[in-house]
Amino acid sequence: MSMTTTQPPAPGSEAGSRTELSTGALPRRFPLLLLAGSALVVAGVLAAFSSFGPVAWALLTAVAYTVIIVTASVRVEGGRKAKDRLVTAIVYGCFLLAMAPLVSLLYTVADKGLDRFSPYFLTVSMNGVLPSMDAGGVYHAIVGTLAITGMATLMAVPIGVLTAVYLVEYAQGRLKKVITFFVDVMTGIPSIVAGLFVVALWMMLFGPGKTNGAAGAISLAVLMIPVVVRSSEEMLRLVPQDLREASYALGVPKWRTIVKVVLPTSAAGLTTGIMLAIARVIGETAPLVLTAGSSAVSINWNLFDGQMMNLPVFIFSQFRMGGAVNYERAWAAALTLVLVVMLLFFLARVIGRLFAPKTR
Amino acid sequence: MTTTDSPKAAPPPAGKRRIGDVVFAGLARGSGILILLILAGVAAFLLVQAWPSLMANTSNFLTDQSWDANSRENPSFGVAALAFGTVLAATIALALATPVAIGIALFIVYYAPRRLAATLGYLVDLLAAIPSVVYGLWGMMILAPKLVPVYEGMTRYLGWIPLFAGPASTSARTLLTAGIVLAVMILPIITAMSRDVFQQVPQGHREAALAMGATRWEMIRLAVLPFGKSGIVGGAMLGMGRALGETMAVAMILSPSLAISFDLLQSGNQTIAAHIALQYPEATGYGVSALIAAGLVLFAITLAVNMGARYVVARGNKESA
Repeated sequence: MSMTTTQPPAPGSEAGSRTELSTGALPRRFPLLLLAGSALVVAGVLAAFSSFGPVAWALLTAVAYTVIIVTASVRVEGGRKAKDRLVTAIVYGCFLLAMAPLVSLLYTVADKGLDRFSPYFLTVSMNGVLPSMDAGGVYHAIVGTLAITGMATLMAVPIGVLTAVYLVEYAQGRLKKVITFFVDVMTGIPSIVAGLFVVALWMMLFGPGKTNGAAGAISLAVLMIPVVVRSSEEMLRLVPQDLREASYALGVPKWRTIVKVVLPTSAAGLTTGIMLAIARVIGETAPLVLTAGSSAVSINWNLFDGQMMNLPVFIFSQFRMGGAVNYERAWAAALTLVLVVMLLFFLARVIGRLFAPKTR
Repeated sequence: MTTTDSPKAAPPPAGKRRIGDVVFAGLARGSGILILLILAGVAAFLLVQAWPSLMANTSNFLTDQSWDANSRENPSFGVAALAFGTVLAATIALALATPVAIGIALFIVYYAPRRLAATLGYLVDLLAAIPSVVYGLWGMMILAPKLVPVYEGMTRYLGWIPLFAGPASTSARTLLTAGIVLAVMILPIITAMSRDVFQQVPQGHREAALAMGATRWEMIRLAVLPFGKSGIVGGAMLGMGRALGETMAVAMILSPSLAISFDLLQSGNQTIAAHIALQYPEATGYGVSALIAAGLVLFAITLAVNMGARYVVARGNKESA
C-alpha cells in the first residue's frame, strides 16, 4: 500500500527538470576527440616555436586536456562530475608518468647498446684488452653470471621450497610464526648487507681479501631464499585440500603425498616463482662487487678460485673507468643483461599461464 | 560397526613408511631452521667483524660525520652524515613515488579497460625487473643531463624554499636526482601492495556507493581509499625499506661528499649503501671493518622500517577481517 503512495511524479508534469536531466552530460566521444585535438594543437604550437620535444609535447597536451575538460565539465555537468573527470585525468596521467621512464630506459639501452652489441662482443673476454682499446667483450662476464647465479639457485631453491613445504604442510604454533617472521625480515635485507655478511664470513674462514665466485653465490642465495619461500608458499597453499585428502584416503603416507601430489600440482607455479627469483638476483651488483671482485678480465669457470667477473659488475666497472669505449661497453652489457632478465621474466609468465593447474 | 574411536585414522603401521615421513619432515623442518641460523649468522658475523674498528675508533661512531678509517692507527669515522643521506634519499623517493603509485593502482584496478588491465599491470612490474645498475647508468647518463636546466630553473624561482637553495649543481648529480631514480625503482612495490588491497575492497561497499549516485571518484574516496589505507601505508614503508638499501643507482649518480645538508640541488650527500660499495675496493687498515659497522646501521634502519610495514599491514588485515 505504501508503495503506491511513493510513486514518482508522472513524466511530463515537470518539463523543466526533465531537460536538466538530459542536458547534463558531455558527449561520449568528447574526451577522446578533445585529447586528439589538444595533442595536435600543442604539437603545432611547439613546432611553430621550433621547440618540439616529446616530453614537452606530452606534458603540455596533458595540461591542456585536463584544463579544458574540467572547465567544460563544470559548465555542462556541474562540480561533482567535473571533479570525477579531473581525477580520471590524473589517474591516467599517473600511469603514463610511470611508463615514461620505462620507455626511455628501454629505448636508451637498446639504442646505445646496439652500438657495440654483436656476436664478437658476446664471445670474447677482456683478457689482454686495455680499457680504451676498441676491442673486448663480455664472454667472461656471461660465464661468471651463469656460474654464480646457477650456484646460488642450487643453494636457494632446495632450502626455499623445503621451508615452504614445512610452513604449509607441517608447521604449527611457535616455530611457524618465528620462521614466517624471519623470512619477512630476510626479505628486507639490503643487498649490500648480504654482501657484507659473506665478506665477514670469508674473513673469518679464509682471511681478508679473498674473493671468488662461491662467495658471490652465497650472498645471492641469501637474497634469493626469502623470495623463493614466499612464492612457493603461496603456490602450495593453492593446491586444493581435496587432493591431499584423496591421497591420504588411499593410504599414501604424508611425505609421498607431498612429493607425488602436492609438488607436481604446483610445479608450474613453483617454477614461475623460482624464475622470478633468479631474474631478481641476476641483476644484483652490490654484493658481487664486494664478494666476487671487480677486476677479473679473463674467463674463469672455477667458482672457488680467483675473482669472477659477471654482467652487472662489468657494467659498473666499465662505467667507473669512464672513457667513450668504456661507456659503449657498459651500455652493450646493459643490453645483454636486460635481455636476459626480460627473457626470464617473460618465460616465467608463460610457464605460469600455460601449465597452471586447472582449479575448476 | 563399533568404530567409535577418534575420527582421526590410527597411525599408519610402523615400518618403512614412517621412516620416509620422519626423514622428509626432518628435512623440511631443518631447512626452516637453517634460515633462522643464516639470519643469526648474518647478524653475528657482521657484529664480530665490525667490533675491532668500533673499539679502535677515536670518535663517536654515531655522531661523527667524517670517514677516516683506512689506517691502522687512530681511525676516526662516524655514520651520522651517511645515515642522514640514506634516510633523506629514501624519504624523497617515497614522497615522489607514493601518490603516483596509488594513481597507477587505481588506474589498473578501476579505470583501465578490463581486458588490458593485466597487461598494463605487467608493464609496471617490468620496472621492478630492471637491474639497479642499469637504472644507475640511465640516471647518470640520460636523466641527470636533462635535469640540469630544470634544477637551474628551480633555484631561480623556488630558491627561497630552503630545500631548493642554489647554486644548482652543474652536473645534477645530487640527492634529488638519486631520489627520483629511487622513486621509479620503488613504484612497482607500492603499486603492487596498493593493487592487492584495492582488489579486496568488498563489492558491496563499492556498489552501495555507486547506487547512491556517487561518481567513480566519490566511490573511490568513500569505499576504496578508507579500506585500502593500511595496504597503502604498508606498501609505502616496504618501498622505503627498498629505497634505503638501494646501492648501485645511488652510487653511480651521486657525486659524493660527506655532509649533512638539506640542499637537494647541490651535491653534498651520500648514503650508507653507496658509500660501502664505493669505499670497499680501496679499504685498508680498519676500513673494511668500519664499513661492516656502517652496514650494521643500515641493516638496523631497514629492519625497523620493514617491521613497521609488516605491523601496519597485519593490523589492517585484522581490522578488515
